[in-house]
Amino acid sequence: MTETVYQHPLMAAYWRQLDTRFPQVEAVFDDVMAEALAVLTRAGLDAYLEAGRVIGKLGRGVEPLLAFLEEWPSAAQAVGESALPAVMALIQRLQKSPNGRAITPFLQTLAPVARRLQSEDQLQHYLDIALDLKARTTGSIHGHHTTFPSPGLPEFFAQAPGLLAQLSIAGLGNWVEYGIRNYRGHPERQKDYFSLQSADSRAVLQRERHGTLLIDVERKLDLYLRGLWQDHDHLVPYSTAFDEIRKPIPYYDKLGIRLPDVYDDLILPSSPFPHPNPLPEGEGEKAEPKPIEREAGGEGRTRPSPGASHHPLPQAGEGKTVISGLDRYRAALAHIVGHRRWSDAQVADNWSPFQRMAVEFFEDCRVETLLIRAYPGLRKLFLALHPKPLETACDPETTSCLRHRMAMLSRALLDPAHGYIDADLLDTVQRFHAVMAHGESSTKEIAALALNYVAKTRRQSDQFARVHFADTVVDYRDDNRQLWKFIEAGDEEDAFDEPRKIEPGEEIHGLPPRHYPEWDYASQTYRPDWVSVYEALHPHGNAADIDRLLAKHGALAKRLKKMLDLLKPQDKVRIRYQEEGSELDLDVALRALIDFKGGATPDPRINMSHRTDGRDIAVMLLLDLSESLNDKAAGSEQTILELSQEAVSLLAWAIEKLGDAFAIAGFHSNTRHDVRYLHIKGYGEAFDDDVKARLAAMQAGWSTRMGAAMRHAAHTLGARRADKKLMLILTDGRPSDVDAHDERLLVEDARQAVKELDRDNIFTYCISLDPKADEYVSDIFGRQFSVIDRVERLPEQLPQLFMALTK
Amino acid sequence: MIDKDQYKVQQEPFYQQQKNEVALYEAAYRNRLPVMVKGPTGCGKSRFVEYMAWKLGKPLITVACNEDMTASDLVGRYLLEANGTRWLDGPLTTAARIGAICYLDEIVEARQDTTVVIHPLTDHRRTLPLDKKGELIRAHPDFQLVISYNPGYQTLMKDLKQSTKQRFTAFDFDYPDAALEAQIVAQETGMDETVAAQLVKIGGVARNLKGHGLDEGISTRLLVYAATLIKDGVAPADACRMALVRPITDDADIRETLDHAVDATFA
Repeated sequence: MTETVYQHPLMAAYWRQLDTRFPQVEAVFDDVMAEALAVLTRAGLDAYLEAGRVIGKLGRGVEPLLAFLEEWPSAAQAVGESALPAVMALIQRLQKSPNGRAITPFLQTLAPVARRLQSEDQLQHYLDIALDLKARTTGSIHGHHTTFPSPGLPEFFAQAPGLLAQLSIAGLGNWVEYGIRNYRGHPERQKDYFSLQSADSRAVLQRERHGTLLIDVERKLDLYLRGLWQDHDHLVPYSTAFDEIRKPIPYYDKLGIRLPDVYDDLILPSSPFPHPNPLPEGEGEKAEPKPIEREAGGEGRTRPSPGASHHPLPQAGEGKTVISGLDRYRAALAHIVGHRRWSDAQVADNWSPFQRMAVEFFEDCRVETLLIRAYPGLRKLFLALHPKPLETACDPETTSCLRHRMAMLSRALLDPAHGYIDADLLDTVQRFHAVMAHGESSTKEIAALALNYVAKTRRQSDQFARVHFADTVVDYRDDNRQLWKFIEAGDEEDAFDEPRKIEPGEEIHGLPPRHYPEWDYASQTYRPDWVSVYEALHPHGNAADIDRLLAKHGALAKRLKKMLDLLKPQDKVRIRYQEEGSELDLDVALRALIDFKGGATPDPRINMSHRTDGRDIAVMLLLDLSESLNDKAAGSEQTILELSQEAVSLLAWAIEKLGDAFAIAGFHSNTRHDVRYLHIKGYGEAFDDDVKARLAAMQAGWSTRMGAAMRHAAHTLGARRADKKLMLILTDGRPSDVDAHDERLLVEDARQAVKELDRDNIFTYCISLDPKADEYVSDIFGRQFSVIDRVERLPEQLPQLFMALTK
Repeated sequence: MIDKDQYKVQQEPFYQQQKNEVALYEAAYRNRLPVMVKGPTGCGKSRFVEYMAWKLGKPLITVACNEDMTASDLVGRYLLEANGTRWLDGPLTTAARIGAICYLDEIVEARQDTTVVIHPLTDHRRTLPLDKKGELIRAHPDFQLVISYNPGYQTLMKDLKQSTKQRFTAFDFDYPDAALEAQIVAQETGMDETVAAQLVKIGGVARNLKGHGLDEGISTRLLVYAATLIKDGVAPADACRMALVRPITDDADIRETLDHAVDATFA
């Protein structure tokens, strides 16, 4: 402690109060105290120093103390000094558990978190979530007392500010809950999850986000493109969540239109006049670059800062105007469509970046003018999203005002009631409208106008490094990369989707997996892309075996045949010559009456009735091929597998005779990463030797992950065109898998799958061979099931059941 | 004797020619060739036939076909009277007797075995045998058969037999282009042309969505309805929702897109 410099006696007193001897703290003490003195009250200051003293004595080195001293004043400013005891309580709890290591990350991110939350209540919720996470992920093994620290907790604290930027506190709670539930027992995965490295962590984050997600409105936007603009393209989302430094901007190229994955609703405080607001607006006048408030992606959208969005909506009445996320997508798409229709690429090499920027602004306005010409209502939307810079907001003496001038001009070109008074601007606006009055104009013509304007209004200060950004970003516009062509290769474009790395690995055999979600009943949410389903052709066996089975059941087949003939589709719609019917058949009636009058015996069958009798049914038979099928059926020498084989063969034969479209597939699973879906018969195939050979080779093994198999089967069945779609599931036990410890989990998932199928107009029906099925099968299938107690009668009952279902 | 005049089209129907279909129809009629008119619903098929009947000064007998229609509904049947039976001509027979234009609207809705009865009238024979009555009618020199159908929404089941199709000359109708359609809507309702053009634009939006959730776009007939409502003082956006959007779809996404188009058009 070299106390060579003078220290204010008060500072010395504070130093004593803090009671620490870390030299690192001493180095910054004056600075942090200066901030604390400016922010905290007298009492708050004492509490601050006392808390610091406690943290310094935790025995965890200098880091926590430094973090606390630096973070607390600004955190206190956001949520109030009174939150300190709660914060200290959490620190004590962490200290007393094995999680002391998490104290530093907690304190380090406290200030940004507090700034996001803005109230003591919210902060308390945040602390509760952290405590919950701590309590439930701190490990113990075989009854040892808590000895292992929570692997995810430090990661969680580190990510907290970024998470809270995108999630509400409730959303954060859900996200944490998902992580705890699924990765409690897996430290490495838990770490990946809470540090946002794993895919499902990001997916769940995405789901919990506020705002309008692109995937939710994709169809509407596609309809919008087709309907209003006769255009269509792939809509490719890019993520706005993970790119903090450079926010991506919409663009389009030959692969599709890139849009942000989410737009929050934009809340605009509306003003009664469409004129520029003469009131001085604090933030609007600051010349420093505004942070990303207006950028795509909706940082802090629910709480728009004044500088960000004070553009009165011309027709707006009182109260607030809300631009929905969907409308923001529409605006972005309309703008891009405008470029695709009317813009030509210009050679960029000879123009300076400033000139190019001006050309872009002018061209954007040209296409928007043309868009508004097509649909006048777009003007309102564009103006609501377009910033309205104050004419006096930028000081050309100290700051580069080019962006500001261009944004004002852009506003003026679109908004007839812009109210700006700059002579050059007004002149240019007039010339722009004069050019546009003659037709569509062209990129070239507009570029000339733009260059002229830049030249006329050029100022020395345009070169300044300090650039005025406030209210100059028009976030629905694309990045105009298609507007330029370069003769020499430039370094100006960059794509923000990383090029896909193709790793040379082992060659993939068969089809790539399809991923399906799984329903988690406890949290009432889907686990995104949870299950991998591999579809493959079923191995071949000897087709003659099946023929032999069919021959064995010859008598049964004959009986079935009779029933089938009754079911066969008959095209007749009108049934004439009925004694009783719905309608009088006039021609027959007249004939009968003539006969009667002529003295002959009249025909009494003078009515007709109607019947709609076309069969248009697509059937999918899904076979559970899990290990338990190898058991012997009670009271029979055959295994359940063999009986199933016979039953399915007979059913296939029967359906083939009926002529209904039908497919057979089997499934079994070995954890969620390996659900196998075995193709036995497709809709296009006849019940021929190939199919019989596959049926003959049926084998049982592994477990029953029913929901995923049903979803995959529905994928095929759903694509069929048929009036009625029927999915028959033949199973012998409850859904289960080795990686699902909670036995209700897969039952509930299967139930959810049934609901999904129902929504897609697929009728599911379960044929269970499990005598104990009553315990769970009605939970899954409601009343759409039969339990076949005497398995040896399955071959007889299955086809009959099918016919009863489809009569 | 049958009163011919009751079948005459009394007033000139408004019909806006799209291309040269009027001249072509006249040529077909001069040579008494059967005519088939195809096109989406509400694009003016029936109006065209009505107009041609008026222009040629011939009676027009229209039959709206349906699934329950039997051959006797077209040809005729015996009816009972107090002292015996009486034969009653069906519309097709009547038309063949008096020399009218017989117009079978939406012919595919009738069952295929029913439509076969028109075959002998549509080739060189131009006769109609009434087997129950034992009479062979030779068609009046002015008689002509016209059928219409909408190829858009029929399923595979409902198509004309080749043997029927190949007895007709055909017109393929579609919605008129935007300017012409606006003119038609304006003419038909007395609406001013700018509003008519806006309506047509919304119609075009829906037509672009055909096959993406819509079986048919918004027809000219619906546009006329919307214009009629607006003319009656209904706010344009409400009129469009009521007459254009709500009737054609139950799909929420499409409805929302069309509503947006309405708002964007009537700013």
